[in-house]
Amino acid sequence: MSSKDQLAVKNLHVGFQNKKSFTKIIDGINFSVKKGETLCIVGESGCGKSLTSLSIMGLLPKTGKVSEGEILFDGQDLTGLNEKQMSKIRGNEISMIFQEPMTSLNPVHKIGWQISESIVLHQKLSKKQAEEKAIDMLKLVGIPSPDKRIHQYPHELSGGMRQRVMIAMALSCNPKLLIADEPTTALDVTIQAQILELMNKLKTELHMSIIMITHDLGVVSEIADKVLVMYAGKVVEYSDVKTLFANPQHPYTQGLIESIPKLNEEQDELPIIKGSVPSPDEMPKGCRFSTRCPYATNACFNEVPPMISGEAGHQVHCWKYTECWEIVEKEGLIDAGMRETAAASQLIGS
Amino acid sequence: MVSFILRRLGLMVVILFIVSVIIFSLVNVLPGDPALLKLGQEASPEAVEKLRIEMGLNDPLYVQYFNWISNVIQGDLGRSYIDNTAVTEILKQKIPVTLQLTVISFFVAILIALPAGIISASRKGTLWDYSSTLFALSGVSIPPFFLGILLIFIFSIGLGWFPPSGYTPFWQDPMRSLMLMILPAITVGIRLSAELTRMLRSSLLEVLQSEYIRTGYAKGLREKGVIFKHALRNAMIPVITVSGLQVGSFLGGAVITETIFAVPGLGQLVVNSILTRDFPVVQGAVMFMAFAVVFINFTVDMLYSVLDPRIKLSGGAK
Repeated sequence: MSSKDQLAVKNLHVGFQNKKSFTKIIDGINFSVKKGETLCIVGESGCGKSLTSLSIMGLLPKTGKVSEGEILFDGQDLTGLNEKQMSKIRGNEISMIFQEPMTSLNPVHKIGWQISESIVLHQKLSKKQAEEKAIDMLKLVGIPSPDKRIHQYPHELSGGMRQRVMIAMALSCNPKLLIADEPTTALDVTIQAQILELMNKLKTELHMSIIMITHDLGVVSEIADKVLVMYAGKVVEYSDVKTLFANPQHPYTQGLIESIPKLNEEQDELPIIKGSVPSPDEMPKGCRFSTRCPYATNACFNEVPPMISGEAGHQVHCWKYTECWEIVEKEGLIDAGMRETAAASQLIGS
Repeated sequence: MVSFILRRLGLMVVILFIVSVIIFSLVNVLPGDPALLKLGQEASPEAVEKLRIEMGLNDPLYVQYFNWISNVIQGDLGRSYIDNTAVTEILKQKIPVTLQLTVISFFVAILIALPAGIISASRKGTLWDYSSTLFALSGVSIPPFFLGILLIFIFSIGLGWFPPSGYTPFWQDPMRSLMLMILPAITVGIRLSAELTRMLRSSLLEVLQSEYIRTGYAKGLREKGVIFKHALRNAMIPVITVSGLQVGSFLGGAVITETIFAVPGLGQLVVNSILTRDFPVVQGAVMFMAFAVVFINFTVDMLYSVLDPRIKLSGGAK
């Protein structure tokens, strides 16, 4: 972990424990977020992106468990902290905003009270001071006449306004890291753009890092510095945003980008990625995308692909970019020697 | 708000009017002649007939009803057929007794239900949860006559902590009055507490799934803070509803409990008056009960809007 990393997730495994068995959902993912950087985690529903964010917050459901790996925040491993230590970090150094602004605010409390609550909790300010801070925060996120708004209830605000309130609440203790789990999905397109712009502005003003969970590549292009593409609990591609859009390598990433509707080309039918994500208990042994991949060979089904690194930290997990791909494609078999060559392969053209 | 209150008051008058018609008709179709009961079985038919005319019992029913209701509106509930005391006087003696029993029972119920409901919801699936479910189940299934006798047996006869039965007005001897009320209040309150525990548990469990609860944790609140500051108030609405209905029925008198503990409350009064065909007393007491139920429902509706600002009290359609 470099000293500039705000958060580094190393070999993280997360799953659900029931009485008999442990179902692994996230299988050994790695990424890091530098100070002041925005990382987008992209993937379709059920790929484990929300679970990743909840693991960082320590807010996994009761049966959820981090079974292996480290989550280093400012160099401190969060997986080893107890509930009390974790509650001092939550809402203070790491904050989170959620997808549904309609239901994420408590309907029976005034919004001023809800924002002040975490300020009083973490910064030990008096109620009066916290209320003033709440007004400042509302001003910061662009809510008009904040001194009146603090006396309103969530149902009296629109969806976009509520998400602004959520952001104000999340930022009220100057967190170092903001995790946003699809914060614009439930909003109108025009409001989406406003919220993204606001987040970009605040990131620079407050020098914080952002992890944005999304399935919307439009959002990614607006806000990301780096992108982590996840598929079925594994990282398939990790890159900075320009490289990813200019030169997507993994067949899954390519599929995602191709399936964005384009106005300047005439398309009869929008390309889709055929099939659906396999369920955790029927994961293919090899590459998890192999069941839907147009290039898949026998080897892909049976051998986990190595990580291939390219320029500027571009990483792809795919057999297609290994030096022995030609042989793999022809023979459909892999021996020990080929595994070694594969692992040493460099990604060309990124 | 004002229009809501006015509308509810209007509705209250209509409901009370309908209740008065029903209770008057029902009481008057009861077999048994009050005049005969008053004079005794040996009275001559002429004397009974004379008394019937005096009491107005031979007038057509609608005339009798009109005479009665016009007095009721003026605050005169009539006089008991039995001893000629004013019904209002009788009610003035009985209502405080029932009120005291109701308040203490409700207090007992809340005292048990709040902690039991919270613990079993927040510790779902543990021994705590199972014990409180067991308690709730037993509380609902034990009939009051059995529980009452059991309590007297254990706490009065066995341990001698409380007097077994009787009643002393609160202002005469507060301590003794409370001591006498505790066992009946537990008998009545346990049942309500069991219902409220179940209600609070399921309502809390549902609320704890909400996204704003997750927001609470994400803010850095611990479990206690989340439950007390965010979950409880949202979970209270069904609890208040059940409390309102139950307290309304308590005010109608807990006949069995009152009988076991010799508490001279409304329940006993109504039963005795029905047996002696003391129509004015029955009618007066039932009118009071109807009023109490309507009034409590009104209070519950007001409480909803205090608990949940999304519920607006408006005069128009909801």
